[in-house]
Order: sequence, then structure tokens, then C-alpha cells
Amino acid sequence: MTRTVTLEDLAARIGPGAKIAVAPDYAGVPMALAREIIRQGPGGLHVVCVPSAGMIVDLLIGAGLVTTLETAAVTLGEAGGAPRFQRAVRDGTIRIMDATCPAIHAALLAAQKGIPFMPLRGIIGTGILENRPDWKTMQNPFADSPDPIVAIPAIIPDVAIFHAPEADRFGNVRIGRRRELATMAYAAKKTLVTVERVVAGNLLHDEASAAGVLPSLYVDAVAVVPEGARPYGMWSGEYDTDSAEISRYARMARTEDGFREYLGLAALEPAR
Amino acid sequence: MSVPATHRERLIVAISRLLDGCRHVAVGASSPIPAAAAMLLRAMKEAEDELIYVSVLGSQEHNFFTNGGVELFDCAAQGRIDAFFLGGGQIDGQGNINLVGTGTYPQTNVRWPGSFGSAYLAFLVPRLILFREEHTARVFVEKVDFVSAPGTSAPEVYRPGGPRALLTGLGQFSFDRETARFTLQTIHPGHTLEEIRAATGFTFDLAPDLGITPDPDPATLALLRGRVLEEVSECYPEFAMSARAELGAALSPAASRATATRAIP
Repeated sequence: MTRTVTLEDLAARIGPGAKIAVAPDYAGVPMALAREIIRQGPGGLHVVCVPSAGMIVDLLIGAGLVTTLETAAVTLGEAGGAPRFQRAVRDGTIRIMDATCPAIHAALLAAQKGIPFMPLRGIIGTGILENRPDWKTMQNPFADSPDPIVAIPAIIPDVAIFHAPEADRFGNVRIGRRRELATMAYAAKKTLVTVERVVAGNLLHDEASAAGVLPSLYVDAVAVVPEGARPYGMWSGEYDTDSAEISRYARMARTEDGFREYLGLAALEPAR
Repeated sequence: MSVPATHRERLIVAISRLLDGCRHVAVGASSPIPAAAAMLLRAMKEAEDELIYVSVLGSQEHNFFTNGGVELFDCAAQGRIDAFFLGGGQIDGQGNINLVGTGTYPQTNVRWPGSFGSAYLAFLVPRLILFREEHTARVFVEKVDFVSAPGTSAPEVYRPGGPRALLTGLGQFSFDRETARFTLQTIHPGHTLEEIRAATGFTFDLAPDLGITPDPDPATLALLRGRVLEEVSECYPEFAMSARAELGAALSPAASRATATRAIP
């Protein structure tokens, strides 16, 4: 049974060293949860962007909580590059595992199916493959002539996190057509969700929209956090992305001091 | 509508010409000019009773994917996408693109966002169009520092797709997958071959009929300034606004002169 908990309790379920899958900017970014994670400070995180991310990852990196980042891209969109990410890459303070979008989807799909890897076209001859010793090129076992194909190992996140418009009291969560959220949850050992609201009734009872609902079977805990994606917007229409706020962050986060000031931190505590 | 084509309109129309014959055009994030070009093609083909699918990532209205971020890639792998666009912080003479950064990987001096889906789509989409407005020697380099997507592959590598053309702010090139070389096809009005050579860090070939990028006809311009700008504004409001402002200023020089005068104290 899914538990409805406070935001503090939700974040407390993420321990140091966890491998966390994070929703992309267009699918409900759990920003409030990220700020609470930063307050609690579990270090040594391995963050997997599904398949790319923006400010949420920049915040976690800036707060010193990330040791490994697996992503197809990190950007603040119109506000430009992600400053703490860029800095950490240049200084070598995080281990970057550059990927490409479909490879991250495929790795999660392998986890969803309980298989060790997923073969994928493309990628051969890229600098990405060259720098991913964990990805292997193999011969297509069904071809008679040479046909190299890349095997992407499964990614099994310890935790998947995202923000959604609504859950019911059983823990079923509306994800609409944001199917990557289901992929993350199927693949992860644990899924933690923040929602705008809890609705009456059972979301699975409406046949017309049940396919856009992630069943509570895959959801470990839900916290009600209105506007939990801000400054990112919600695809379900509650609010739009606040570009001015993201730009303000981009400017402040250019320096370490500005970053701390943005977060309201006097000084960063070392990660626990 | 006697305003001549603006630079950006020329680019949009040039891309839509490159898309002719496509059934499904997909456009990645933050790509207003390619999005407008795909929408222009759709509008023009509609007049001929031909249905073109346009999938603009980031749009609610002009995107019919319902299976999450993976659907674009699955579609491409099955050959259901005819054309896609990629840019690059660096693009080299062999058609390799770099979206990762400059300097020695991983601790690149300049770090760009990352490769996104390029390492996949460049292999699978038959008509890959490279589009980078900034045409300088720092973008068009001899050799990229990091290969996000290679221009060509060894013969045994499954590769139905790859670069077909490169459009920049100065001109339009074709790409030959056999020789892995670019050929300059047209130069945009107001620019010269010498200028392009100076701004390009690699050698390229010249088309025997090398000419000037043609201007759009009035009917195409009208469609672009009307319906297409309206459609683009849903996903790219700022782009549509600035395109309209540019047209407005050209349409009423008196008004813009008056504004200019007022601005001087």
C-alpha cells in the first residue's frame, strides 16, 4: 500500500549513495523534493536523467550531493547552460557518464523487463561509446554478415522521483501521456512522488483515462506538495514554466556565492 | 505585403525546400526555424491535398506522440521519420557534430548541454539536416573535439540515415555520404564565397552551378507570415513576436523612424 507522507519523510527515504532517476523538464520536475533533499543532504548520489534535465540537477550538483551523473544533456533551456554542472565538469568534481536519450530509455526498459541489457542501433563511432566502457558492441546473433550493435546494460535506479498533478488515496498517480514516468517507476526499486493534490475516488475506475495512471503497485510514497514543480511548469496545465525565475537562477548560480545565496544557504554543509 | 523576405524567412523557406517529399518531419527542442519550415511545408502541401505529419517536441498542439520521450526514437528506428534537424557547437568537414564541448573530454574547457538523441537519430533518419545559423571558423572546424554523431560510418554499420544538407547563415551545402564532404550549393544574398571560405575551418567543394539562395515567392511569404507564424507562436511565442516586430518595422518605416526619434532625448 502506498503511503501518503510529508515532504520531509519523502526526502528522508533517499539515503546517501542512492542511484536516483529524475524526470525531465517537460514531465513534472520534483523541484520542491530536490530542495528538501538538499536540506537533508544525502551525499554521493548517482543521478540518472530520464533522459536529460535542467535546474534540478544543477541544484543537486551545486549543493555537492552528486558524485556521478548519467545524462543525455543538462541545460537551462532559454536561460543557457547549467552553471554548476558546467563548473563541476570542468573541475572534474563529478563523474560524467554522457549518454544519448534512447540509450537511457533502453536501459530503463531492460530493467522493466528484468533482462540484463537492451540492444540499440546507432551510437557506433561516437565519443559517447568510446567513453562508456559499460556499453558493449556485439555482433547481431541473428545476422549472417557482420552487423555490430550496441548492448546497453539495464539501469536499476534505487529511487525514481517525479511530480504529478494528482494521486488518489490508494496511491494511484495520474501521469497522462508522460510515459517516461511509468518507465522510471517500472525500472526503479522505489518510486517517490510529489503531487499537486489528492483526489476523491479511484483513478483506475475511469476506463477512459486509466491508461494514463501509474498504479500504486509501483508507487512507494506520495507527498502532497502544491506547486511542487516550480519554477518548472506542469504539463497538466496548473502553471507554466517561470522562465524569468530560471534566468534569475542562471545568473546567480554563475558563482558559488551566488548559488548559495539563491538557495538561502549561509554556507554549504559537507555532505553526510 | 511588399516587404522583401527577411534573412530568417529565407532560412525557413530554404529548409522547407529541403524537406520536400517528406511525409513525417520531426523537430527537436529549441528549434523555431526548423519548426516553422516544417509547418510551412505542411501548409503548402495541404493546398495540394497532401498530408504531412509534423512532430514538434515541446509543443502540445503540433505533437501527437503519446508514448513518452522514447516514441520519437522508436519511430525513427522503424523509418517512420523522414527528416530531423541537428545543430552543433562544432561541425567538421566530414559531417561529424559535437554537442558536448571543446577541449579534452571529460574535463572540457567549454561544456555544452550534451548529445541528446543525436548519436541515434543521425544514424536512422534518412534526411538529416544540419542547421547552424552562426557560420564562423569556431563552429565549422577541421575536426570536432568530440563526436556526438559521426557524419559517416563503416559499411558494416546499420545506417539508413545521415546528413544530407547543411544550412548556415551564409549558405547552403549538400553532404556526400560516399566522400564525406560538403559541397556549397548556394550563397545567401549579400554574402560571398570569400566570406564563406574565411569563416569555414574545413575545405569543401563547389557545385558546378553554384548560385544565390533564391528568394521565396510572394504566395509562400504570405503563408509564412500568416498561418505559419500563428502555428509557431504556440510553442515559440518569443520567436513569433520578434518575427512580427521585424516585419512591422519594415512595413511602416515612418512609425519606426518616429520611435527612433523619440528615443533620442
